Amino acid sequence: MEALSHFNYWVVIVLMMLGFFIVIAQPNLVKKLIGLNIFQTSVFILYISSGKVIGGSAPILSEAITVYSNPLPHVLILTAIVVGIATTSVGLALVIRIHAAYGSVDENEILRRDREC
Amino acid sequence: MLSQLPILPVLVPLLAAPACLLIRRPRSAWLFATAVAAVTFALTVQLFLRVAEDGVLSYALGGWPPPWGIEYRIDSLNALVLLVVTAIAAVVLLGAHGSICREVPADRIGLFYVAFLLCLAGLLGILATGDAFNLFVFLEISSLSTYAMVALGRDRRALVSAFNYLVMGTIGVTFILIGIGFLYMLTGTLNMLDLAQRLPGVGRSYTEFSAYAFIVVGVCLKLALFPLHFWLPGAYTYAPSIVTAFLAATSTKVAVYVLVRFSFTVFRVEFSIMALSLQSLLMTLGLLAIVVGSLVAIYEADIKRAIAYSSVAQIGYLVVGIGLGTVAGLQASLIHLFNHALMKGALFLALTAFIYRLGSSRVKHLANVGHRMPLTTAAFTIAGLSLIGMPGTAGFVSKWYLVMAAIDSGQWWVAALVVMGSLLSIVYIWRVVEIAYFPTLEGGAGSTIDATASGPEAPRLLLCALWILALGNLYFGLFADLPVDTAGRAAATVMEADMP
Repeated sequence: MEALSHFNYWVVIVLMMLGFFIVIAQPNLVKKLIGLNIFQTSVFILYISSGKVIGGSAPILSEAITVYSNPLPHVLILTAIVVGIATTSVGLALVIRIHAAYGSVDENEILRRDREC
Repeated sequence: MLSQLPILPVLVPLLAAPACLLIRRPRSAWLFATAVAAVTFALTVQLFLRVAEDGVLSYALGGWPPPWGIEYRIDSLNALVLLVVTAIAAVVLLGAHGSICREVPADRIGLFYVAFLLCLAGLLGILATGDAFNLFVFLEISSLSTYAMVALGRDRRALVSAFNYLVMGTIGVTFILIGIGFLYMLTGTLNMLDLAQRLPGVGRSYTEFSAYAFIVVGVCLKLALFPLHFWLPGAYTYAPSIVTAFLAATSTKVAVYVLVRFSFTVFRVEFSIMALSLQSLLMTLGLLAIVVGSLVAIYEADIKRAIAYSSVAQIGYLVVGIGLGTVAGLQASLIHLFNHALMKGALFLALTAFIYRLGSSRVKHLANVGHRMPLTTAAFTIAGLSLIGMPGTAGFVSKWYLVMAAIDSGQWWVAALVVMGSLLSIVYIWRVVEIAYFPTLEGGAGSTIDATASGPEAPRLLLCALWILALGNLYFGLFADLPVDTAGRAAATVMEADMP
């Protein structure tokens, strides 16, 4: 049961390693970006989980409530999500340009074509 | 106005970037960006003088007092790096117009300057902020605009390099984000000064250890420290030449600053360098970087790529100084940070001029260039000598301090390897100087010269920018007071167990 109480953190570790593995192992550039996204998302979950206070309510001021969750990590991650979207869009734009220049989005194929000429 | 000084160097380029978007004509966009960089430089000079006079400046963003609000905190350490970055940005932009018109498609030139200003704003933000999360945001602002600028290179390999840089850079920055998250979980604060005060109170834990480990690995990815350097040569080689000159002289320096800030200010030196075996790790990797980077540079056929590998080696020197863990070592690193910006800026600007006239930076195409473009080649030679560490140039001063610092802490072999690195750099610089001035007998040197290139010398403004940096190398080799004193003060401030 001890292990299950940290369920969120297990999810973080699994997602982080999955994402990292996809970034390293996938030759397809689009899939690499998806892996990068999964990797980043795991960090978002890490932050958000750390803001949870057991028994705490949403941080909206009210007479009846004494314990609130910590809203700061959530706000930080809102920024990080925006950054993540920007990174993904720049990455995808690069993939489109790479596809136009090489006719492929496969890393091995691109390396081979560069070696040929 | 003066009370707002700490934030102005960040604010001016950040607001100027979207304004630059409205300017469609390449020439106007360039004039605007150069003016903005010059204003930013003037502001940081002001800031530098204020810090030298009054000590640390603190600025509460939006009037929210730290540690709740975001604090901008300027001490002698970041004042020095701010000065270096803005000076290089202003000088590089001064010479940028001709080369950018040649290397970047006409419809994208306006957008290029937008990305440049954003990158500058991001780098300055990293330096000025005293808030760990704010640092992450600025790191991403500068990184994203860098990817865009690298991708503007003419060669299609620029795209692949930019993509690889994006993947590596994002992983690095995400690692830093994880580290900052752990720090926040431990202490409940993001203000660096507050972190430094609270961390000793929470006791040693694996969380603190992993926070530091994530941050160091992330920063070393951005820094291109030896085994994590694979993105750098590609990105520097295929990016437009002006971009390479700017990045090589500034962005790795800023990453070094982040490493120093986290190792010495946030985590105390007893924890970061002494308690963990980071000292030996940084020293080993730094020395490996010096040797491997220099060796690869010797065998590169393309001089732009060779100088990029030389950057990997020079980053080694910076990291060795930090790894010594002494005030003298840190001082040597900071002096080298200042000088390396001057020499790499000058070297890559000279290459920009070669590429502008000859259309190539391959060693064999540079035959006889010493007679065709005497001023450019002379400046290249001066910067090259500085890179080697000839007495009388800036490079000598920083190598001297680094060797002294190594000997002071009793590490003779480090001093020996640093000197050996200099000997290796003679080889790859001499290769260029030799073929430029004394094109040897091999394979009809005359025929490789591009006959279609018109004027004999580089554009006047580019030459002007190049010589400012080349003369800087000579000036700070003879009168080294400014970098040495400031670096000494910064190192002493940062190394003190408790920040003032």
